[in-house]
Amino acid sequence: MNDRDSVLSAIRGALSGVPGSESPDASPLSHGRRVDHAGPDVVGLFARRAAEYRATVVRVPSAGAAAAVARALARTGTRSLVVPPGFPEDLVPAGPWSLLADVPPLTVGQLDAADAVVTTVATAVAVTGTVALDHGPGQGRRVLTLLPDQHICVVRADQIAPDVPEALRLLDPNRPLTLVSGPSATSDIELDRVEGVHGPRTLDIVVVEDA
Amino acid sequence: MRIALFITCFNDTMFPGTGRAVTTLLERLGHTVEFPTGQTCCGQLHFNTGYRPEPLPMVRRFAETFAGYDAVVAPSGSCVGMVRDHHRVVAAQYGDAALAEAVEQVVPTVYELSELLVDVLGVTDVGAHFPHRVTYHPTCHSLRMLRVGDRPLRLLRAVKGIDLVELPDAESCCGFGGTFALKNSDVSNAMLADKMRHVQDTGAEFLCAGDNSCLTHIGGGLSRLRTGVGTMHLAEILAATEGDVR
Amino acid sequence: MSGADNVVWLGTPAFPEAARTALADPQLRANLRRATATIRDRRLAVAAELEDWEELRETAATIKRHTLRHLDHHLLRLEKAVTAAGGVVHWAADAAEANRIVTCLVKATGESEVVKVKSMATQEIGLNEALADAGIRAYETDLAELIVQLGGDRPSHILVPAIHRNRSEIREIFRREMGEWGAPAPEGLTTEPRDLAEAARLHLREKFLRAKVAVSGANFATADTGTVVVVESEGNGRMCLTLPETLITVMGIEKVLPSFADLDVFLQLLPRSSTGERMNPYTSLWTGITDGDGPRNFHLVLLDNGRTATLADEVGRQALACIRCSACLNVCPVYERTGGHAYGSVYPGPIGAVLTPQLVGVENAASLPFASTLCGACYDACPVKINIPEVLVHLRAEAVEAERRDRLLPTSEAIVMKAAAAVLNSPRRLAAVQRLAAFGSRLVARDGRIGALPGPFARWSATRDTPVPARESLRAWWLRTRTPTNGDSRTTAEGKGRR
Repeated sequence: MNDRDSVLSAIRGALSGVPGSESPDASPLSHGRRVDHAGPDVVGLFARRAAEYRATVVRVPSAGAAAAVARALARTGTRSLVVPPGFPEDLVPAGPWSLLADVPPLTVGQLDAADAVVTTVATAVAVTGTVALDHGPGQGRRVLTLLPDQHICVVRADQIAPDVPEALRLLDPNRPLTLVSGPSATSDIELDRVEGVHGPRTLDIVVVEDA
Repeated sequence: MRIALFITCFNDTMFPGTGRAVTTLLERLGHTVEFPTGQTCCGQLHFNTGYRPEPLPMVRRFAETFAGYDAVVAPSGSCVGMVRDHHRVVAAQYGDAALAEAVEQVVPTVYELSELLVDVLGVTDVGAHFPHRVTYHPTCHSLRMLRVGDRPLRLLRAVKGIDLVELPDAESCCGFGGTFALKNSDVSNAMLADKMRHVQDTGAEFLCAGDNSCLTHIGGGLSRLRTGVGTMHLAEILAATEGDVR
Repeated sequence: MSGADNVVWLGTPAFPEAARTALADPQLRANLRRATATIRDRRLAVAAELEDWEELRETAATIKRHTLRHLDHHLLRLEKAVTAAGGVVHWAADAAEANRIVTCLVKATGESEVVKVKSMATQEIGLNEALADAGIRAYETDLAELIVQLGGDRPSHILVPAIHRNRSEIREIFRREMGEWGAPAPEGLTTEPRDLAEAARLHLREKFLRAKVAVSGANFATADTGTVVVVESEGNGRMCLTLPETLITVMGIEKVLPSFADLDVFLQLLPRSSTGERMNPYTSLWTGITDGDGPRNFHLVLLDNGRTATLADEVGRQALACIRCSACLNVCPVYERTGGHAYGSVYPGPIGAVLTPQLVGVENAASLPFASTLCGACYDACPVKINIPEVLVHLRAEAVEAERRDRLLPTSEAIVMKAAAAVLNSPRRLAAVQRLAAFGSRLVARDGRIGALPGPFARWSATRDTPVPARESLRAWWLRTRTPTNGDSRTTAEGKGRR
């Protein structure tokens, strides 16, 4: 017997007490949000919670989005900016930085040397201050938001889901997904939280609202 | 109300004063207290130490002895926890349907003292008088098996003359744990040391709890260190009145 | 090396003895007290934010228990979905087979080093050692795991394996060891956590950038979509899951969830229960392989290694619901004093005390079910409502029965317990013993207190006085002062209730 068969047969032996009439697929409970954790001001909550994770959050009208991205880049003295395929051109600000397109794909070395990356998001979560990437157009391959030390996310207000269950429903499980809550962090030394380990040490979130 | 007192084997032997206090208190409140002399032990010692067959006759005896009362009261959170949570487990382990039925009948009538007073008898002011500084340790089984919550504190707050002070880190275990205190005596001692330090920090004259087993452990340590802090079961404070001399 | 050797570390003494050593280390106790107190408060605060916290726990518990009852079905669904998404699924009955599979997969790439995401399953099977035997170097990339690996140490906590180390100790380890493994620690390294984290970043960066193979564990895998989930904080996980060409994930078979939708519950519960955050910084989800993004080869190794034996125990199987949040460790008064090493296993604390004996057989970890006061703090904290005290008591009985089976003569404890049962089954015998005890103890007592007790009770009386049993038991007082009632006449018959 190979290991697959022996493990399966051991499981079946262990579960001999489970009645055959019991359906394995019967979802024991309905899912989804049963209690509203977000309240009416979803956008405001998202901005507060993301900021509590020490992301730098700004709320701007759409006309001011590119300028907000420019300010985030200027603040860190960025010299090179990665722009993923499909990122809206009107949101890419001009400035003293070179633009790196990922076409053809940038090498790991090029990405490691780049200062910043700007992306859109797939959705966001207000209660947890999380941005979710599905690495589609405007967001780029996973590595694009991993190696540069600054990640600027442009989030449309209408993309913000109140809570985790709603956000998960908006995501396509067949795509690679990354949920980001604040800059990379560790609590491994005396459980003291330190921001900035391997992932981007600076996370900027530009929330674009239209009145 | 006709109330049976389940004194528990430990209190019966070591702390009969607690049983007398429960009796005094309930009679003062106008109830009839009976002591079914067929009672012995809830079986917790054996059950919690892993001796599976031994508790069965004790569970059977309990169900038979305490059947038919309006209420059964025990001045011990952990013994009530044993009865409430584990007697049906013991009955089920031996597939004894008649015993299981008897257990189901008796379990809902069994209460820890503060539960009986607050939930069943509906009193918090039991007319007690105890002019001393007291701190209260919520024993783990009262707290987490029975969920007695703040019932003991509500009863204590209503005691005249009492100076009730909060115990720091009250909800952490004192380190008794039955045979744990023997099998893991070093860890038990370390937990005891922290508990004693917190008790002493309150400046209390008495440490109060709803379980004499935990009090024996903490009180034994306080006595060894000659701290002068005494221990009292909740029932004894609630039974005390103006005329009492302590 | 066999799996059992790693689940239970060879040469570790029984818990009481190991605990004694740990208790004698004031630095360790200070580190633990500080760390566990910090995390306890944080967890309580973020759990209190969700008013349906109890409902979420209940839902999670139900999902986990139901899934375990149909584990074969869901694993086959998972296998199908992962395969359809371009992954390769392997099955390993034990540690040796899992190690063989991973070693072969790494060798097939021609590489001699791998980067690793923190994973309990690979620690449990001793993968790093097995890879080393095959000439493959495994680099731990989680900061705490790095501290443990560089220090030649063992993990002492599920989530924060280096919780027993403070900042000065960590700086010393970095200064001494980093150079041996790659980029040395920077000059003038301070004890500031920020500086230490920066040193880890620099040390590991080159390893991430050149790695061709990564090994990870999994927090969850969803059977309907074949999605695997890794929850982390530092970004080392993303590095391992994204940069290498080959990704090998070793996952215990109990980690499968029926559907992607189930994640909503667990992604709310896990971060709040483990690090006390609303959400951990990074959660990565992937389904097989994706063209042009991430690894080109994905292998999922499904590991049994004692789990099916655990599943066969209807009381004990609930331990398989564990999502490794470590909330039970942080609230445990025993863990807080002893730390994780005393448990002698990769799975320390309350969950370890119920999981380890089941994975390796209770006779191989017989002291662990007794390493608890049954205070119940773990059960209250557990996000999937594993009734740890219930399983502890169940395993104590298993340990006592194993002992009974394996010995010709009963232990002294068993003799005492039998005698105690005989007394406690009879009001008459109990009354007789009470009279005897009251009389006998007065001979040794001073001021109503007994100082020293004999035999095993000496461990009790070393630090505590014991009150003497009352001169008159309550039973005797009642019979002397009160008229027997109906209740008494009904139950005084000695024979009643005895079998």
